[in-house]
Amino acid sequence: MTGPLLVADDLHKSFGPTPALAGASFRIAAGEIVSIMGPSGSGKSTLLHCLAGIVAPDSGRVAYQDRDMVAMSDRERSALRRSQFGFVFQFGQLVPELTCLENVALPLRLERVRRREAERRARDWLDRLEVTDLAGKRPGEISGGQGQRVAMARALATAPRVIFADEPTGALDSLNGERVMRLLTGAARDTKAAVVLVTHEARVAAYADREVVVRDGRTRDLARAA
Amino acid sequence: MSIGQTFLGLLEAGPRHGYDLKRAYDDRFGRDRPLHYGQVYATLSRLLRNGLVEVDGIEPGEGPERKRYAVTHAGVTDVQRWLASPEKPDPYLQSTLYTKVVLALVTGRPASDLLDTQRAEHLRLMRELTRRKSDGDLADQLVCDHALFHLEADLRWLELTAARLDDLRRAVTA
Repeated sequence: MTGPLLVADDLHKSFGPTPALAGASFRIAAGEIVSIMGPSGSGKSTLLHCLAGIVAPDSGRVAYQDRDMVAMSDRERSALRRSQFGFVFQFGQLVPELTCLENVALPLRLERVRRREAERRARDWLDRLEVTDLAGKRPGEISGGQGQRVAMARALATAPRVIFADEPTGALDSLNGERVMRLLTGAARDTKAAVVLVTHEARVAAYADREVVVRDGRTRDLARAA
Repeated sequence: MSIGQTFLGLLEAGPRHGYDLKRAYDDRFGRDRPLHYGQVYATLSRLLRNGLVEVDGIEPGEGPERKRYAVTHAGVTDVQRWLASPEKPDPYLQSTLYTKVVLALVTGRPASDLLDTQRAEHLRLMRELTRRKSDGDLADQLVCDHALFHLEADLRWLELTAARLDDLRRAVTA
């Protein structure tokens, strides 16, 4: 295993008087799949948001490829998120006015890829995630499981080095959840992308290489504890 | 698992030798725990004695003679009754895990470490079964899913217990 791709040390973050993180640490290597587990309100989503540069910690360090993300300007962090990170959330969060193909092509267009090339790559990812037939449909016309696969295609289209998945199966039944996890982890392993997977479901976490547990804003790496 | 009734069910498709029955059983139901020959022939003797199978033919072989077994009408009725009766759900009321947690609390040992160690072991097995399921056929997926759902239930109990440790400690040490 190579050195860590993304590292967080001793993160603290409070929302008003409520501490969400109280000394959380995390590291992930290139191509590794790590699940973050913990009860509701334990701080696992806040940890993911800090790792992805969406939320700034009150104190502590987050580094991507040895670059301090906390010290970056908003513009630098946005550029990093667009070019290096992909996101999958619990409810797809597709743009309702765009077709599925346009949704998947969107991050590529934001990176100034020409329309024809962006749509070609988007179509490849829709094929890969077994939703080719949905290219011309809008998010309101498809099921939750299909929407999640389109969202994964969008997350993977820019060939990210890290995919952040926050409860990606939370709104799906067991069968669809399993399909989403199989496709997500398969695509990540094929493209050597790392995956930070937040979940409260052990069966979903079992797709990861290892687990980190968050309790009361602190992390515990069970592989190292055992 | 009732080996006898499973044999009867397999014999409904047609008569078989003991060796063929063992192979059919191991392929479908015993990948992790294949039958011993002793179990096969002891089970067939019992089924024969109870009139649930009969010897359908005897073939001479290089070693001992090979008997071919067929299910009887009584045997088919027995399988039918078995399939129609619900299995008794296991109440899981006295588990080793529960005993260990209470003992740790009573003796002042760190119960949360015990829960974390167990949690890591459960997750390790769940990862192994998930890999096996991904590489396996539908039968493998069904077997692994059954185990995964049970392990997940244990993990939920471990999580809930971890959240209640302070209350439990007060209750058992009062």
